[in-house]
Amino acid sequence: MLRATLKSLLSRKLRLVLSGLAVVLGVMFVSGAFVLTDTMGRSFDSLFSSVYQGIDVNVTQKPKVGGDQDVGPSQQGNIPAATLDKVRAVPGVASVTGDATADGARVIGKNGKVVTTFGPPRLGGNWVGTSDLLQLREGRAPAADNEIVVNVTTAKSAGGLKVGDDVGVLTLQPGKKVFKLVGIFGYSGDRDSLGGSLEVLFTTPVAQELMLGEKDVYSGINVTAAAGVTNEKLRDDVAAALGGEAGGFQVKTGKQLTDETTKSFREGLAFFNNVLIGFAGVALFVGTFLILNTFSIIVAQRTRELALMRALGGSRGQTLGSVIIEAVAIGLIASVLGLAAGVGVGVLLAWVFGNVSGVALASVGVPAAAVISAFVVGLLVTVVAAVLPALRASRIPPIAALQEVATPDRPLTKLTVSGALIGAAGGTMLGLGLAGQGDNTLWLILGGVLVSFIGVALLTPLLARPVVSLLGRLFSWSVPGKLGRLNSGRNPRRTAITAAALMVGLALITGVNVILASAKQSLSSQASTQVTVDLIISGDGDDNGPAKFDPAVMDAAAKLPGVSSAASEYWDFAQVDGNGTGISATPDMAAYASMFKLTATEGTLQWTGPDQAVIDTENAKKRNLTLGSTMTMQFTRGEPHQVKIVGLYQRSDVMGGTIVSGDVVKDYRSAQPSWGYLRVSDGASVDAIQKQVDQLLVDNPEVSVANRAEYVDAQSAQFDQLLVMIQVLLALAILIAVLGIVNTLALSVLERTRELGLLRAIGMRRAQTMRMVTVEAVVISTFGALLGLAVGTGLGAAVVRALKDDGFTKLAFPWSQMATYLLLAALVGVIAAVLPSIRASRVNVLQAISHD
Amino acid sequence: MTASVATRTEVAAKAVDVWKIYGTGEAQVHALGGVSVELEKGHFTAIMGPSGSGKSTLMHCLAGLDAVSRGEVYIGDSKITGLSDRGLTNLRRTKVGFIFQQFNLLPTLTAEENILLPLSISGRKPDQAWFDTVIETVGLRDRLKHRPSQLSGGQQQRVACARALVSRPEVIFADEPTGNLDSRSGAEVLSFLRNSVRDFGQTIVMVTHDPNAASYADRVIFLADGHIVDELHAPTADAVLDRLKRLDKAV
Repeated sequence: MLRATLKSLLSRKLRLVLSGLAVVLGVMFVSGAFVLTDTMGRSFDSLFSSVYQGIDVNVTQKPKVGGDQDVGPSQQGNIPAATLDKVRAVPGVASVTGDATADGARVIGKNGKVVTTFGPPRLGGNWVGTSDLLQLREGRAPAADNEIVVNVTTAKSAGGLKVGDDVGVLTLQPGKKVFKLVGIFGYSGDRDSLGGSLEVLFTTPVAQELMLGEKDVYSGINVTAAAGVTNEKLRDDVAAALGGEAGGFQVKTGKQLTDETTKSFREGLAFFNNVLIGFAGVALFVGTFLILNTFSIIVAQRTRELALMRALGGSRGQTLGSVIIEAVAIGLIASVLGLAAGVGVGVLLAWVFGNVSGVALASVGVPAAAVISAFVVGLLVTVVAAVLPALRASRIPPIAALQEVATPDRPLTKLTVSGALIGAAGGTMLGLGLAGQGDNTLWLILGGVLVSFIGVALLTPLLARPVVSLLGRLFSWSVPGKLGRLNSGRNPRRTAITAAALMVGLALITGVNVILASAKQSLSSQASTQVTVDLIISGDGDDNGPAKFDPAVMDAAAKLPGVSSAASEYWDFAQVDGNGTGISATPDMAAYASMFKLTATEGTLQWTGPDQAVIDTENAKKRNLTLGSTMTMQFTRGEPHQVKIVGLYQRSDVMGGTIVSGDVVKDYRSAQPSWGYLRVSDGASVDAIQKQVDQLLVDNPEVSVANRAEYVDAQSAQFDQLLVMIQVLLALAILIAVLGIVNTLALSVLERTRELGLLRAIGMRRAQTMRMVTVEAVVISTFGALLGLAVGTGLGAAVVRALKDDGFTKLAFPWSQMATYLLLAALVGVIAAVLPSIRASRVNVLQAISHD
Repeated sequence: MTASVATRTEVAAKAVDVWKIYGTGEAQVHALGGVSVELEKGHFTAIMGPSGSGKSTLMHCLAGLDAVSRGEVYIGDSKITGLSDRGLTNLRRTKVGFIFQQFNLLPTLTAEENILLPLSISGRKPDQAWFDTVIETVGLRDRLKHRPSQLSGGQQQRVACARALVSRPEVIFADEPTGNLDSRSGAEVLSFLRNSVRDFGQTIVMVTHDPNAASYADRVIFLADGHIVDELHAPTADAVLDRLKRLDKAV
């Protein structure tokens, strides 16, 4: 039996290749993701251990704010210089170095723009001399306050800085500062940077002032141990000398630092890995449809062969087994190929990543997870998809071997009922997930989407008949078109599954599209109805928050003739009553409130003294706060503030939450505003004022001024990027769906060889034959696209509805994009038909019609 | 339905020293070994012979379905040997009709659509009067809207005959048209073919192994081992059977 199975498998290479390819692609995605993240992970491990090389023990102030997930990077407090002496006095200490480094030293490149990175920090610190790690490549160390050195990557990214150049640097203090570049440094192992970080090193006093905001303080203390003293012993001794936990210091060994950084980075990587695997899951889900279809067709075609085996004494179990073995064989081969391809893709992507980021790549390895997941996924998907066809095969009676009759079209009732039930279950899960709150929401939504897809897929055969015949009428003006249309309606199950595979990918893309279009529309309608700002100063941000600019610009802008009102907004991470959150502050609440049409429901929207705040009624209620309550706020620097609520306001779609008085920003990480809002008086030209503000921003290259429409467009542009990314990641699922169409067509052509021969015998031309097959493909693909658009619109609309309270006030449909998808789907049909139609047109008339 | 007398002596199709050789070297098989034959217009010709005699091959070559190894084939006055696929398609559209043993109709189309298929494929309009005549003759008036699966084997084959007739080809090639039918349905189809020759002057070439079917023809050609070995005019079933027996002995 096994040999017979394998032989019949080999005799159908085409089907093997096509259905196997779907699994190969899916497995490739999965194992590629594992190889990529593994290689990246190990590259960063070695990077981090080299960053902390030469540090035996490190002392930092316990962060006042942050360090938890909601707040982003921890904000180190400053250590007074006197602490260094305390550490130096600890027995077993060989040397002590004060480090004055912070993220946020931004070099202005030769093109006048701020040099950016894809994630790595832009560090500004103090020069403490060369070491085993740090080597001066050119020039000398900074000696005067107007001198800096930068690492090689910074010099290159800034457009080729040379020793002797004047370089503008933005720091955490307001305004651009110009320094003389006196040296360029690199790292051991001929590295230009550590993981792509940009570094600027000043003299210690300058670094302290510009990066830490105070004189004679450090961000950290690095200690080396004397011979014979273990790092752990030294750590405990230093900690004890500094007063232990209560002293407010964190004392760690270099190894601990490496491990902690590595761990948090690995968590980030794992998330990235999960996202990739999620998209691979979609591709594999689609692949399941393709395999299911292929096996159904194979079983249908082998009915007589399988029945003959039964007649010759084969058992039901053997029949079942023979189909499952075939699936296992395909799954195994596909897993091996997919794994190999995945390793290739993973290595390629890691290489690209290494080149972009400047991280030295670790040697490529194939993690066990990649191998295990490749085989588990490949085998599981194939076998699961083959179970139903295998069961059907096992029910073939021996008598079928003797009958010529084609398997009758079974009624769709059972399928439709189960489809409706499953669809309803999926819809319910989705609804619960969207409405609900808590940890399971995401899983409920994802599960709901998945189950809904299966439900809709089961319903498609029922829809296939009317929709396909309707669609086909578009092509019925020619005889080949009509025949193609009839052919596509001939096997509603097959057409439906093929189309459903395309539906999945398109539904997801359309759903995301509807959500993003609705977000855009909501944003622009809110901007026009709920905001009275004419010009906005803002910029992109990084891990530390939005870009900032010199507050002097706001003062100057407010004085421009034609500007009737100006308000600025500062932003930083803070602990509010013990919870980490981002917090906004503005010096002029009255102006700010009028910009956003906020009105007081209680109290006043105006500052009457320091340490005041306003809050929206909803948040106040949620947190049990009333007019006059106080909140304890700890900002990055300084002591906690007791902030008193002086006003409550009704939240709008664009504005909600707590806003604090401007006096607190001195304790912000950087006392510079992130947004500036200007209103122009009637009769003054917005354009003219925009140009003048632009001039004021010359030394603040990270931010720019935009009018309201430009601002909304810029915000929307982020949505477009997201959409492009999702489309790229879902392209694989679409590609597999296209393979499915090719597969279905190829099999149809094979099955209808005699019919094709007959048509050619009575005068059909090759071109007409090709057109017939093409119409069949286009009908299937547009049917799938229509399903996808419908389901996706439904999904998107459901999500938008559920997010109504979170600012999604408008439901918008991206009609033009949807039309584009439909057209693309038709095009996809044409492309999918190329090979099968060529095959159909080459049918040998004589062989097709001669009876055996 | 007249004027057939004047064309009686014209040739509808002919083969001139046609060879059909399969394989090379040792394994070479001569399916046809220099066959020359003329098929008169308005005649019903049957080609007979034992299995492997080359009768089907001869018909395929005459119909342009199979290329000859040597020699020439004509339909009417035009030589079809060496025509391109496009030329052959045009030939099939205008000059040749087919009736096969099985897989004769498209299951997705109604009987009427099947009958009109050759015309609609080549974008021609049916002649309504002729269509009506054909339908009356085959007796399918009340079955036109049915699909093949709703028709009996005999009815399906009559639809196929009507389809071959409706485009008024110079020759209709029928390959074992009664092979899959019971004797009553077979007789119906054969008389129908016979009548269309008699009444409409249609030329029909039929391959069969059934002496009874051959007795409906005007002329029977006997093939053996790729050669024409005998022929009969105005045959009876017994006469055909008799010749076949003699052939079997001779082989």
